[in-house]
Amino acid sequence: MAQDIAIIGVGTTGFRATTPDLSYRELTYEAAKKAYLDAGVEPKEIGAFVATSEDFCEGYSIADEYAPDQLGAVLKPIYTVSGDFIHSMASGVMMLKSGLYDLVVVQGLSKASNMVTKPYLTDFALDPIYNRPLKELSDYIAGMEMNRYLYETGTTREQCAQVVVKNKRNAMTNPLAGHGCELNLDYVLDSPMVSYPLSELDISPYSDGAVVIVMATADTALALSDKPIWVRGIGWNSDTPGLETRDWGRAVYAEMAADMAYKMAGIRSPRSEIDFVEISDEFSYKELQHLEALRLCSPGEAGYLTVEGATELTGDLPVNPSGGCLGVGCLLECTGGQKVLDVVLQLRGEAGKNQLQDVTTGLAMSWRGLPTTTGAVAILSN
Amino acid sequence: MIDEGRPMMISPEAVLKTTTKIKLNDIQSGKVLSVHDKPNLKYAWDNGVAIGRYLAELKNGKIIGKRCNSCKRVLVPPRLFCELCWRPTDDWEYVQDTGTILTFVVSHVNWDASRVKKGQRYHTPAVIELDGAGKDQGILHLIDEIEPYDIKIGMRVKAVWKEPEERIGAITDIKYFKVIE
Ligand SMILES: [Zn+2]
Repeated sequence: MAQDIAIIGVGTTGFRATTPDLSYRELTYEAAKKAYLDAGVEPKEIGAFVATSEDFCEGYSIADEYAPDQLGAVLKPIYTVSGDFIHSMASGVMMLKSGLYDLVVVQGLSKASNMVTKPYLTDFALDPIYNRPLKELSDYIAGMEMNRYLYETGTTREQCAQVVVKNKRNAMTNPLAGHGCELNLDYVLDSPMVSYPLSELDISPYSDGAVVIVMATADTALALSDKPIWVRGIGWNSDTPGLETRDWGRAVYAEMAADMAYKMAGIRSPRSEIDFVEISDEFSYKELQHLEALRLCSPGEAGYLTVEGATELTGDLPVNPSGGCLGVGCLLECTGGQKVLDVVLQLRGEAGKNQLQDVTTGLAMSWRGLPTTTGAVAILSN
Repeated sequence: MIDEGRPMMISPEAVLKTTTKIKLNDIQSGKVLSVHDKPNLKYAWDNGVAIGRYLAELKNGKIIGKRCNSCKRVLVPPRLFCELCWRPTDDWEYVQDTGTILTFVVSHVNWDASRVKKGQRYHTPAVIELDGAGKDQGILHLIDEIEPYDIKIGMRVKAVWKEPEERIGAITDIKYFKVIE
């Protein structure tokens, strides 16, 4: 029987649009220090470290070589996953389950504010021969996906706009979030059009910040922590990247990643077994599309649930109680880190004003952002 | 040409077969279709607390580090944390602009990989252990005012600074280090 794995420590800097006062090293150091304190461990006790970074986001090549110092991982086993934080976490889970180590640390970081030419970076991710020469601002990819998703499911722009209103409002009472505000539906709908049907406020702003977690095998977790959060399932998946052949209406990568995690967790009826979710809402429609992909409702139903209030803090399926990417800010490779962090805080009862009542199981899901078709899912229980 | 004195991994015939017959001119003239692109990637890295102070002090003509009371090193460039003891560093401390060459190289190639032309000086980057900082650690800089092949490990050097009004708060506020003994 494979080992049970738990998260026994979390640390973060919080998330802000800019962090001119701190270098990327100092951001990670702060998050790591807090996580180790939270877990009651010293770096020298940790078996291995998994960092998360994408060279073009850091502005360094071989950026992973700069990961050890600020984590306390000098001359320790460490490597970097060039994906989302939840991919790194999956790597850590495998190390722990295999019995290689008892304690593994996972790190994620965003210094999005340091990327001066962000739109070009997304453009640079497209095929250089047959996509990039068309020279369109890459947000059009989200617009086209939104258009097809609305067409296939009958979801409306108004329902998407309600996601923006909800998430930015949730962020108002989350002290870690950097982009909270009170908006009304019309204000969102009337925001300047970017790529119809996608308008400016349908798009998440970016934030800087770091997340570090400490994971442990069951015996170590029970010895060190009185509030371990168990990693019951984890899954990841990628669709074809081609703009020509991908599924434009459904987030199939999220369906498959969730199926993998549900299977590991022994979850057959997600809607009745999952109390709340922190999922990728980098674009408003993504929250709805992902909710349906996670089989938490049927296709076309997510928009109605949102308008009815079912996904509010007070609803029966709270979605992105932290404020999500729309309210916290998109964190590049650390997006999944914020999702996992906020699920852990909810399950520990440490989510402050946004605390949900009687929650035992939460789901964190990330998407790697434009132009990717990659997602990862983690299911956590207290 | 294939050197017959070396052991062959593959036959000369196979090498000829796999060698492309396409010439650069075939691509440039459009005979072979290709797409050209140049990324527009710009970054503005935040210096943070430690490096921010380091640069401000360079502008003042001084080199500052941060001491770790646990391992007794003065870290230059300064850091808010010691990566070995993994604890916050302690006091800020100025170190000397003199030091000792830990290692160096005589580089016959330029930054862009072109060769240094006849008559031009070879490049001589070095790691310099600064007086007052930790043992066996140093900063990367350049050596000048000496024939490249006369440089020796262990030589004593001193920083040659730009004029105060020319300094901008950058590592290049020190022009280079010169040998002093
Ligand atoms: Zn030290």
